Parts: sequence; structure tokens; C-alpha cells
Amino acid sequence: MLDVALRHRFGPGFTLDAAFTAAPRGVTALFGASGCGKSTILNAVAGLLHPDAGHVSLDGEALLDTARGIALPAERRRCGVVFQEARLFPHLSVLGNLRYGLSRAPREAKGPALEEVVALLGIGELLERRPARLSGGERQRVALGRALLRRPRLLLMDEPLAALDAPRRAEILPFLARLRAEANLPILYVTHALDEVDALADQLVLIEAGRVLASGGVEELTARTDLPLAARRDAGVLIAVRVAAHDAARGLTRLEFAGGHLLMPLHPAPPGTALRLRLRARDVAIALTRPAEISVQNILPAVISAILPTTSPHEVFLHLALGETRLLARVTRDAAERLQLAPGLEVFALVKSVAFDHARPA
Amino acid sequence: MGLTPEEWQAIRLSLEVAARSVSVSLLPAIAVAWLLTRRRFAGRMLLDALVHLPLVVPPVVVGWGLLMLLGIRGPIGAPLHDWFGIRLVFTTEGAALATAVMSFPLIVRAVRLGLEQVDPGLEAAARTLGAGRLDRFLTITLPLMSPGILAGAVTAFAAGLGEFGAVITFASNIPGETQTLPLAIYSATQTPGGEGMAARLALISFTLAMAGLLLAELIARRMHHWLGRF
Repeated sequence: MLDVALRHRFGPGFTLDAAFTAAPRGVTALFGASGCGKSTILNAVAGLLHPDAGHVSLDGEALLDTARGIALPAERRRCGVVFQEARLFPHLSVLGNLRYGLSRAPREAKGPALEEVVALLGIGELLERRPARLSGGERQRVALGRALLRRPRLLLMDEPLAALDAPRRAEILPFLARLRAEANLPILYVTHALDEVDALADQLVLIEAGRVLASGGVEELTARTDLPLAARRDAGVLIAVRVAAHDAARGLTRLEFAGGHLLMPLHPAPPGTALRLRLRARDVAIALTRPAEISVQNILPAVISAILPTTSPHEVFLHLALGETRLLARVTRDAAERLQLAPGLEVFALVKSVAFDHARPA
Repeated sequence: MGLTPEEWQAIRLSLEVAARSVSVSLLPAIAVAWLLTRRRFAGRMLLDALVHLPLVVPPVVVGWGLLMLLGIRGPIGAPLHDWFGIRLVFTTEGAALATAVMSFPLIVRAVRLGLEQVDPGLEAAARTLGAGRLDRFLTITLPLMSPGILAGAVTAFAAGLGEFGAVITFASNIPGETQTLPLAIYSATQTPGGEGMAARLALISFTLAMAGLLLAELIARRMHHWLGRF
């Protein structure tokens, strides 16, 4: 369990004042716009920045506590850090970089062996090369391996994909997802990209102008309409689903979730695989009766639990309950009035199968 | 090109003085360059000015200053002489020291340039990987600034071959002891019939200096390539 509370003043204009906790394992994403202070938080946790006041404790041990005069230097915090620009040592080979942290890790520290990390990240071919001769994606994989071999108690990632183009990002994401599944340590992941949150985050800490706006489970926070997340075009609830069955003849995959099932275009994951799906609010339509003769594959009985405003005066959010699962739908105010939508009303939520392009391994 | 024994002596002595001056000033130059680049402290500008002083003060004045400080009656020279039996004036060591003082700013400048190219982000990364202060200086900072160190050493060596004013003032012009190339050239021009010797030594001086500068550039390129910079 990571416990962080920090206050730091940058000149007259900007003060960071943030507190949150992160689970003992899994990814906690610090999400916010550039300049909101999320990287500063990461640097303070790593020990690279000394905040005016605050504390950082990991499993009850204080890494920093300004009130008690404790400030463990960065080199003794055992935080593996993956920086946006990889920061590989240019005068060392890939192997030299990987060994740098390994040879300085405490002897009693447990962690994956060099060979395992090399295999996990698929960098066996690169070991003799210098960083200058690696692609951006390869560099970031090596940086990740170097941080892991430091045998950290906490892994910090500062926008590790932000400097990469889309194909390179797609190359790294599966490695991060595997790491998240296999690594038994807390991971703090700074990002401003929502697709990385969808793919990796278990917990979300929303940061705005140096303050924590909200924090909690990703599924819970994405269902809230009072947060800036809801103003985004891709706003919508992230739901956990499981691949139930494939129908190759129809080209469809059947997904189960707590409130029913969904059909999506054939997905490569084998049955039983856990996935996460972003159901964008603008992709969900509402009908009062079950429509027939319609192309939409997913017609889900739901109950309206609330109607809330959006940032636009002409549109509203409908909170829908499908058993335990909550869903958001964004419709025009006119539609809500025409259908006389109201909390408690039983409706059908319509979701096109082709709307799912965010199915990620969970 | 037939050289006389005296001419060979002057060349050998110049090489020795230049090499010893570089070996004396290299470590302090790295320390000063590090202080000036990475530390903010009171008197930083003063130190910076002091280091650069030999570039602008007449070399004779530097030699005179050394004579005052390190002469056997000087405040430092007297105890050195009386307690340790070390005499710097009129010796090869003294010539090397005078040369070291003169070429010090050259090394410091080159080392600073080298250090400024070291990304502090890499040192921060080394910290997070468990490297303490000395560890990361030796394993990250020093290798990455080594092009600057080598370039500075070679430049200072080439310049040290030809240091005149400070050497002649502090260490005098003693053949076999302190008579380096430029001093031998000067003596030759003062001697009737010495034109041939002066010309030969001047040519050698020029060639050594040129070779030194080219070597410095070549080394810097090689090192940068090795570091994957270009």
C-alpha cells in the first residue's frame, strides 16, 4: 500500500496539494492534462524532488515525512522509474543498462532474473546494442526492463508511451498489460491518454491544477458525470466483461458482464478471457419498447436511475442500471423530453456492436 | 632533418613539461569545472574569474606571481624549501607548474563543455537505480563528460609545449632544465648564426601544436560517436 500526501509551491502561480493512496498491487493511474502536477508527484515519490511538505509511505515505511525530518534519498527508495524519454545510458550496451540496476539491488531483494525480464520484453536480440541504435519502442522496453531488474518495491512510470507514435505504442502496451498482470507490486502510472487508462489502470487518480479531483476504481469513476472525464467525446463507462463464446459463422463474440451479455465483432481472445470495454455514452441509444427489425445487436433492458446535465444545455446524461452494472447514455434533451424519460423508467439501451473498439485484456 | 643534441633536448623537455603540467592540472580542472557547472555557491563568479585570469593577464605577470609565492623566500616557497627541501624555481617541475597554471583555463573550459553535454536526467535515472553520489559520478557523469576531458587534456598539452612568458619568468632559461622549445627558439634568435636552429624548432613547434589540435578534434569525434551522440 502506497500512501502519498504532498504540498509543494512552484513560484507564486502554482501549488501542488495532493493526497491519495495506491493499492499494494495493480496499476494506479495519475490522470490529468499536461502541467497539472502529476509528473511532479511521481518525482516526489521517487525522491528526485523534495516537496515543501508531505509524506510518502510504502507498506507502512516512511520514504518521506517532512514532519519527522525523514527523506530517504532516491537511490535508497527502491522505486523503479520508467521515464518518458527512456533515459538509457548511451555509453553502455543494452545489457550494461539492464545490469546497472540489478548489480545495485539489495542482495536479499527478490525479483525476476535477467533472462526472465529479457524474455518478457522480447529484447534478447538487442543485448549487445547501444541505445543510439534502438528504435523508440525498443528503448522503452529496455528502460522498463532496467527498472524491473532494479528489484523495485514500487514501479513508477512517467508517461512511458507519450514520446512514441501509434504503432510503437501498440507495440509496448501488451508488455505493460502483461507486467500489470504478473508484477506483484504497486505501479504508479502517469498519463494524459485515456486509452492507456482503459488498457492498464485499476485505480484512477484524477488530477487538475495540482489537486486531486477524485480517486477510486476506474469503473466507478468513469460512471460519474460530475468529473471532467464526462466532458470528453469518448466519455463512457468502462465495464469488465468475459469472453463467453465465439460464433465464427456469424462473426460475433459473446461477452458476459454483471448485468447481461453483449455481442461484438469476432474477437481474437479465447473464451474465458477477461476484457475491459469502454461503452461510450454517445454510442448508447434509448428505446421505450424493444425494437424489432433493427441492425443493432445489443438491446439491453435497463432502468433509468438518474438524468443529469452535460456541459451542453441541449444534451443530458442518462444513468442506466443493468443489474449491477451501470451505464451512461448521452442523448439530446429533446429526446429525453419526447420519450418522457424519468428516473425509475424501464427502457432498452441500444448499443451497436461495431461501437466497441476499446476491448482490452483486463 | 638533422637536429643537434641541444635541439633534441629542448623538444624532449617541452614534451616532458607539457605532459607533467597536464597531469598536475587535470584533476583540479575537473573538480573546478564540476563546481562551476553544477553548483551554485557564493564566490562562484570569483572562482570563474580567477580560473580565467591566466588567459588575460600577461604570462610574465603570472610567472612573477608564482615567483613571489613559490620562490624560496615566498610565503609558500619558503616552507616547501625549508621543511621538505622542495625547490620549484629554476627547475623542470617549476616549468611544469607555470605551464599548468597557464593552461588551466583551457582544460576547465573544455571539461565544462563536456559536462554541460551530460543530461542530468541520466544521473537522476542512475539515482533511481540505486547509484549513490560517487557511484553515479564515476559510472555515468565521468564517462559521458570524457570527450571534454580528453579534448581539454590534448589542447592543454599542445598549448603547454609552447608556454613562454610564465616559464621564463618563474623557471628561467636553463638548457636541459627549463629551456623548452619556445625558450630555445628565443635563445637561438638572440645568438648570432642561430637562425637555422630557430627555423627548425619553430617548424617543429608548429607541427606539434597542429597535430595536437587535430588529435583533440579527432578524439572528441570518436568519443561522441562512441557515446552515440552523432
